Amino acid sequence: MGVWQPIAEIAEKVQSGELKALELVEKSLGIITEKQDYQAVITTIENRAKARAQAIDEQVAKGQKVGQLAGVPFIAKDNFLVFGAETTAASNILKGFEAPYQATAIEKLEAEGAICIAKANLDAFAHGSSTENSDFMTTHNPHDTSRVPGGSSGGSAAAVVLEMAPFALGTDTGGSIRLPASFTGSVGYKPTYGLVSRSGVIAMASSTDVIGPLTMTVEDAAVVLDVMAGRDELDSTTIEREKSYLPVLSDIAGKKIGVVKEYMGEGIEPGVQQQVENAIQKLRATGVDVQEVSLPSLPLALAVYYIICPAEVSSNLSRYDGQRYGYSYTDAKDLEESFSKTRSIGFGKEAKRRIMLGTYVLSSGYYDAYYKRAQTVRTKLIHEFERAFSSVDFLLGPTAPTTAFKIGENIDDPLKMYLTDIMTVAANLVGAPAISIPVGLSDGLPVGLQLIAEQGHDAALLGFAKATEGVMR
Amino acid sequence: MISQEVRDQYKITIGIECHVQLKTRTKLFSAISNDAREAAPNTLVSHICFGLPGALPVLNEAAVHLAMRAAFALGTEPQKFSKFDRKHYFYPDLPKGYQITQFDQPIILNGLITIDVDGTKKRVGITRAHLEEDAGKSMHPAGKDYSLVDLNRAGTPLLEIVSEPEIHTPAEAKAYARELYLRMKYANVSDANLYYGNMRFDVNVSVSKTDALGTRTESKNINSFRAVEKVVEYEANRQIEELEKGNTIIQETRGWDDAKQRTFSQRSKEEAHDYRYFPDPDLPPVVLDETHIAQVKAEMPIMPDEWRDRLASMGLDNAQTNTLLDAEVEEEIYSYLPLIEGHLADKDFAKTLANWLVNIEIPFRRDSEAPKSLKDIERSELFTAVYRLAKAGKLSSTNAKALILDVLQESVLPEDIEKFATEKGYIQVSDEGEIAKIVAQVIVDNARAADDVRNGEMKAIGFLVGQVMKASKGKANPGLAQKLLKKQLGV
Repeated sequence: MGVWQPIAEIAEKVQSGELKALELVEKSLGIITEKQDYQAVITTIENRAKARAQAIDEQVAKGQKVGQLAGVPFIAKDNFLVFGAETTAASNILKGFEAPYQATAIEKLEAEGAICIAKANLDAFAHGSSTENSDFMTTHNPHDTSRVPGGSSGGSAAAVVLEMAPFALGTDTGGSIRLPASFTGSVGYKPTYGLVSRSGVIAMASSTDVIGPLTMTVEDAAVVLDVMAGRDELDSTTIEREKSYLPVLSDIAGKKIGVVKEYMGEGIEPGVQQQVENAIQKLRATGVDVQEVSLPSLPLALAVYYIICPAEVSSNLSRYDGQRYGYSYTDAKDLEESFSKTRSIGFGKEAKRRIMLGTYVLSSGYYDAYYKRAQTVRTKLIHEFERAFSSVDFLLGPTAPTTAFKIGENIDDPLKMYLTDIMTVAANLVGAPAISIPVGLSDGLPVGLQLIAEQGHDAALLGFAKATEGVMR
Repeated sequence: MISQEVRDQYKITIGIECHVQLKTRTKLFSAISNDAREAAPNTLVSHICFGLPGALPVLNEAAVHLAMRAAFALGTEPQKFSKFDRKHYFYPDLPKGYQITQFDQPIILNGLITIDVDGTKKRVGITRAHLEEDAGKSMHPAGKDYSLVDLNRAGTPLLEIVSEPEIHTPAEAKAYARELYLRMKYANVSDANLYYGNMRFDVNVSVSKTDALGTRTESKNINSFRAVEKVVEYEANRQIEELEKGNTIIQETRGWDDAKQRTFSQRSKEEAHDYRYFPDPDLPPVVLDETHIAQVKAEMPIMPDEWRDRLASMGLDNAQTNTLLDAEVEEEIYSYLPLIEGHLADKDFAKTLANWLVNIEIPFRRDSEAPKSLKDIERSELFTAVYRLAKAGKLSSTNAKALILDVLQESVLPEDIEKFATEKGYIQVSDEGEIAKIVAQVIVDNARAADDVRNGEMKAIGFLVGQVMKASKGKANPGLAQKLLKKQLGV
């Protein structure tokens, strides 16, 4: 047992007055300070968090009703717009930017009494798999400080594993929640596309961006999702929610899972392969019906992703032009120079790489050859997933082909860095819910197991993941 | 100078793009007021209009509804499937670095409208019309080393209507622009206030001696019908002169100098951007079902071309028709055409009403300072009552007009119109016995005229009718008076 009890229990104790919200906030802030060398957090939100905690404690003292996450501290990835601190997306171009409105996800959590105490590090604008693309710092893996925590939500994952807070929020565009969960031994949940509002979250690739929790247990992930999920009039791509996401521990015997053929074998580190196969054996032993499933277009998913994602990135980053907020080059002789210098200086290398890639694939004459074709393959992938889910309940595979790599190991080889996402991007392209849960260690480093469900079947996935988590322990 | 003979060898081809500002209460993608006319700069701005990080567009349903109405007003139906795309370029008044517009699947395709070119009908195809957001406004104060940006207008819903290149004279271009104006007003899609730039025209002009189109120029942001006509005239002449000198026409964007009445070069197309259009992933496509489309269709009022036919069949000439069509959109408080529309079932009344509106009420409104306090429903009641009295022979046409004018002047609808007319002395006498007495007296008093009639000089009967009218103080029914005169004179 770590320093934090399950989230639902913490909230219950705050509601009953047994625990003080202010003490929880101070405990969180204390651990953040104590473990600052891991560089998981960019900034803390001390004043606002304490004020909110005091308000909750006063409400409890007066016998007033407080929310279902009352007093629970959490950390938001620094691409969520949150009051009380800067929102930077770990990019120099947004340094000093203070949000005049909050993300819907934050508003919903706050409405239930959760308290945001810090902003976590990330690869700038969520572009990366290691947090090394942060313009400010690289986060260290709690299991081995010479290694990366994965990315882009690496700060959030490390913070949770370092017990800085009971949960953290991440965003997952191509695997940015699940990969760091896998590398740090935490639970990372990527909901169905549109289940959680993207309003107030700095966009990376709008058609695949989702918001989800990083926690130490599936139960906690479900509790957080249950508060955030649902339609939002500020995000037209949001969908209707299911009644509840609190996982019902169903009998998993008889459930059908498909081991994705394309995710096993070649390119997978033997230690990772071994852990995943052990997990499959354990599931089989509990009566789960395990079969092999093939999704033939899956090997194209990464290529498709690295066309669609930069295309949307190049467009979404257009607004950072130095004219209204954020960094602005002030010595420009003319408008053209103001735009180009602001962006050349303000953006880091990876953002610029993606802007160039995206601009190229959308340019006149290349659109059909790249973007349109990628969308065609994406549609094909969606159909292949649909077909797979007509015969199995869940798909299974490793979350990543390797365990956490060394800091600096892939930084000069963007292609190798991109390959880290090979197991995760498909779920984003088809909008399916997916989860990474820890299943063991390989050479002392955590290995994550990925479970994917059909679009809109988040509650079922959480239930099965919780049962699987039980089987693994 | 180029001779008319040489000019006539060239065919002018014109295509017009028109930006119409939709009269929604709020902007196209954010719940912020759309009325920036009197607002201080940058006061009508949300996180969406400002392009803040994390801000997402949310489509205004009212704008879609107006675009659907516009589709019918342009002689077609709205598309069941349309979508939004991003058009990228950098400019300080474009907050997101892209404009949300509709690229390859707009909400309106293949319209067709009939325009009136000085009494001659002409059909012009509408290639497409799409929804898009307006940009903000940039201002460059003279002599300063800075520019200012006002984002109040950023996000205002526009409908861009693109015509087929089927317009061939300055008069046609003007008529087309005016026709769009009327249609957008009738359909209640836009305030179409040209002064406030609610409608702006981009006029594409080319000339050619052959069937192949010549190189075109585009004169942008024209905001009056007259200027549209003048741009075409000027550009056609300029291009013909250039070609006759052996020069070529440069494809370029031009502006219109209203003071000097000429176009001027702004930028050439070589600098054209690659806008990198792609579908906006933040906005689901607009999908309209047939029931919804049918509902909107059923709400549509009659469009100008149909009115022209109807009014012509009611005996109005072209000038009268245009008076009525124009008054309909110039008048802020009263409507004219819906009044006629409400009585179309009774053809004779509708015709009378059209004539009264053109000949009595519209001139009265133009010249009068009288307050406009009659409701449309009261006007309908007034005209109906006056028509019934006239039909029943109780009002002469002169007195009908006088009665209408009296009521308009007083701006209060009398409770009993017939009583009011009686008090004003407008009701004509149709009592045969009473008029017969007057007729007998008139014959006695005008013996010579009476003899003339008896001798077959029928012209004189008009004089006698006049005398009867005079003797009755205008109350006698002139038809009846004539009948009785003839009877008593035995002719």
